[in-house]
Amino acid sequence: MSLEEQTEKKENRPRAPYMKPTDISDPNYFHKVVDCQWACPAHTPVPEYIRMIAQQRYTEAYMINWESNVFPGVLGRTCDRPCEPACRRGRIEEKPVAICRLKRVAADHRGDIEHLMPDIAPKNGRRVACIGGGPASLTVARDLIPLGYEVVVFDRDSRGGGMMRSQIPAFRLPESVLNEEVDRILNFGAETHFNYDVTSLKKVLDENFDAVFVGTGAPKGRDIDIPGRLEVQDNFHIGIDWLMSVAFEHTSKIGKKVVVLGGGNTAMDCCRTAKRLGGEDVKVIVRSPFDEMKASPWEIEDAQSEDIEILNNHVPERFLVENGKLTGIVFQKVKPEYDETGRRKLVPTGDDPVVVACDDVLCAIGQENHFPWIERDIGLEFDEWDMPVVDRTTFQSTNPRVFFGGDAAFGPENIIWAVAHGHQAAISIDQFCQSKDINERPAPDVTLISQKMGMHEWSYHNDISNEERYAVPHAEKVSALKDIKLEVELGFDERMAFEEAMRCLNCDVQTVFEDVKCIECDACVDICPVDCINFIKNGDEKDVRSRLRVPALDEDQSLYVSDTLPTGRVMVKDEDVCLHCGLCAERCPTAAWDMNQFLLKEGQAKNQRQVA
Amino acid sequence: MSYIAKPKFHHPNLPRNGLGLTRRDYEGAMSTLCAGCGHDSVSAAIVEACFELNLPAHKLAKMSGIGCSSKTPTYFLSKSHGFNSVHGRMPSVATGANLANNELKYIGVSGDGDTASIGFGQFAHAVRRQVDMLYIVENNGTYGLTKGQFSATNDRVSLGRKGQKNAFDSIDLAAMAIQLGASFVGRGFSGDKEQLVPMIKAALSHKGFAFIDVISPCVTFNNHNGSTKSFEFFRDNERSITATDYIAPRESITAEYEEGSVIDVTLHDSSKVRLRKLDANYDPSDSAAALQHIMKHEELGEVATGLLYLNVEDTELKEKMDMVNVPLNSLGVAELRPDSNKLESINKSLR
Repeated sequence: MSLEEQTEKKENRPRAPYMKPTDISDPNYFHKVVDCQWACPAHTPVPEYIRMIAQQRYTEAYMINWESNVFPGVLGRTCDRPCEPACRRGRIEEKPVAICRLKRVAADHRGDIEHLMPDIAPKNGRRVACIGGGPASLTVARDLIPLGYEVVVFDRDSRGGGMMRSQIPAFRLPESVLNEEVDRILNFGAETHFNYDVTSLKKVLDENFDAVFVGTGAPKGRDIDIPGRLEVQDNFHIGIDWLMSVAFEHTSKIGKKVVVLGGGNTAMDCCRTAKRLGGEDVKVIVRSPFDEMKASPWEIEDAQSEDIEILNNHVPERFLVENGKLTGIVFQKVKPEYDETGRRKLVPTGDDPVVVACDDVLCAIGQENHFPWIERDIGLEFDEWDMPVVDRTTFQSTNPRVFFGGDAAFGPENIIWAVAHGHQAAISIDQFCQSKDINERPAPDVTLISQKMGMHEWSYHNDISNEERYAVPHAEKVSALKDIKLEVELGFDERMAFEEAMRCLNCDVQTVFEDVKCIECDACVDICPVDCINFIKNGDEKDVRSRLRVPALDEDQSLYVSDTLPTGRVMVKDEDVCLHCGLCAERCPTAAWDMNQFLLKEGQAKNQRQVA
Repeated sequence: MSYIAKPKFHHPNLPRNGLGLTRRDYEGAMSTLCAGCGHDSVSAAIVEACFELNLPAHKLAKMSGIGCSSKTPTYFLSKSHGFNSVHGRMPSVATGANLANNELKYIGVSGDGDTASIGFGQFAHAVRRQVDMLYIVENNGTYGLTKGQFSATNDRVSLGRKGQKNAFDSIDLAAMAIQLGASFVGRGFSGDKEQLVPMIKAALSHKGFAFIDVISPCVTFNNHNGSTKSFEFFRDNERSITATDYIAPRESITAEYEEGSVIDVTLHDSSKVRLRKLDANYDPSDSAAALQHIMKHEELGEVATGLLYLNVEDTELKEKMDMVNVPLNSLGVAELRPDSNKLESINKSLR
């Protein structure tokens, strides 16, 4: 024990844990500042493509998306947008940038991209089976076919696309958009077996495949077990099955009075579809309080704007049947109560039961995985919830030849997650087929480049727009409700797209601080419009956070800390609400601050190849 | 200079003062001074002080002359009144304004050229008359607007940017203000707001002539090796004599200090200035001693900073002149024109 340590021990005082200088060479540091990209499962470089849109470079914007998320046209209409709640703009004003709908702009306005498609390498002799033809499998195919793999896709439906086709109604996602993006991949040279139900994984494994990817989604809609259920068979429909039947044009009408059970996005698609197939009085009835509904807020909004009533805190109790026909549903009214841990319990209010008359009921209370076709004796372990045991990084199952992705891997999620899984599984399959360690993942491609063009000129637009979020124009309601294939959202026109794109704060253009150049003149502190720069004495993180000009309360947001400066202080920048306006760099007399564009492209199978 | 306007967005948790305003509400137009200019930090310190004092901007007037410093009132308190006068003539305009409307607070911002050269005579008489105002000199020892000639406050030993020698001794404006009878004299540094902001708050609460000499480096013409007004030289050679704590009228004093190490002075508006003596021998109420102290440091090549001299006993201009205690601009015909009886009685008294 050193003398210093002894003294400290005697005084019973812990060594002051000062904050260490931030290591900006760690790609994760700046990546995390680009909140949207960090939040995106596929880590799409959002600000970069938004900037392209503002410059009317739609094709390039589309290609940035296509590289990363494979289905820009689809996702630009249907994505669950984890990027938007993360958007920094949402922390300085009311609403985030309409990232998702800008993605659609890139898809709508792009030019020809055929010449930008990857070259397909000569066949390498390896065969990969993709079971299920949804977004996860298609991503695997997109990543592996250009590398020379022979990819064989099996799907029970008549066309590729999986849930993108069967569960998303055409008025939200036109078939032409879906077909184009799905076919582009299949046309790379995938061997397809449609209308083909795989009933045995063992059989597939026995065929001559080097690897098998399972991307079969969560295809089983949850049923409800309440009195009367078996008597109402004809007028009871499982939501996702019904949507599929509508998508493939097996169903074209429904009763006048429709009740949709459930509060997720499937429920929203069900009610809006019902409205277009003859439903006049369509109600969504949900157990939870309105605020806790699982559906995305914008989808709830769209349903409500089509005059669909939403009743919350209603638990279905039994079906009412007259002469063997469904006439209504009885609900018990409840209210939420929360225990100390915040867990919710729905408690009956004691009010009289509510009777809702209806002709048809659509049950959209969840969906599950279903693997009756996977034998349990092929070295593929299942866990206590009857889900396959899958590695979270490699997506490999306990049978080393079998990989999972999309909803099949960890339960129902969204398209963008399926794409992210697909990329990672493709990396693993590629490594596996070359007998390499699948835990070795390709590093992201990272560049950090100064944007300085002149004294106070930058190669990005740093003048912050004060515009509020633009709403996407919708088709006129009367005609929209008449035609199930008429797309409701019209998309931004070029002018609106430009204005919306200008709302982006360029969070990828990073403030880079060089402590040796700093003369501590305070100019950056004085000019910063959001008070994020500080020159203070160092301390432990909690202490430093509390002593900033505006205390940094959000601990998920990083602090950028410099080395000790001549006055003994450190520069601490709270990244939380930085506008990336570059004024700190403009007012800095010694160029200690500079604005650098940080571009991170997530590693994909092709990158691993280049390294190898 | 920056070509974009400062974004309107501010931190969502930005504190609000007693008037419900944020410090952003006290800002002015975007500065056109050189990047890193000390003057912009002084503007920021004024913004911070006015914000913390809960001052309504429309109860304040900004007065200035000509020079880099005199441009700065545009860059703070955009909702206040202002007068940009002829070179060196700010003190007389401020004197007039003060007499016309003493319900406003006056901040005069001047530079070393505007005050120590062309306006030196004006300055001396504003001090001598105890005009009720805060007079800030943003002192960088150089004529920045005319590309870096030595000013009258440039120290004898301080070299020009190309190594030129200075032939003349400098004028110490803080010492000069004490000598001329200012009742509040301080010296600060643009790069140290912890010291400067409480000093500005105290000065704005003081009744009488408050003078603060702020060393404010010129990053373009006087921030090189060999200059005594560079960031680096100043930080190495500054000697804080007192630390000022400003205590608002109803605020209680919490921190405890050793007896004799602090001096509490109550200002006219019942706010308090707590002077923590960093130099035990210093007595800020003794002008002769204060002067001596400043000179002693100067001989050592050091600069004494802090609140150097404070006298709350002295009266300000209007009291000295025995004038009515209302703004002269509020006097109407009735007050200004005596009636015939009054005239008669005056005439009688003269017969």
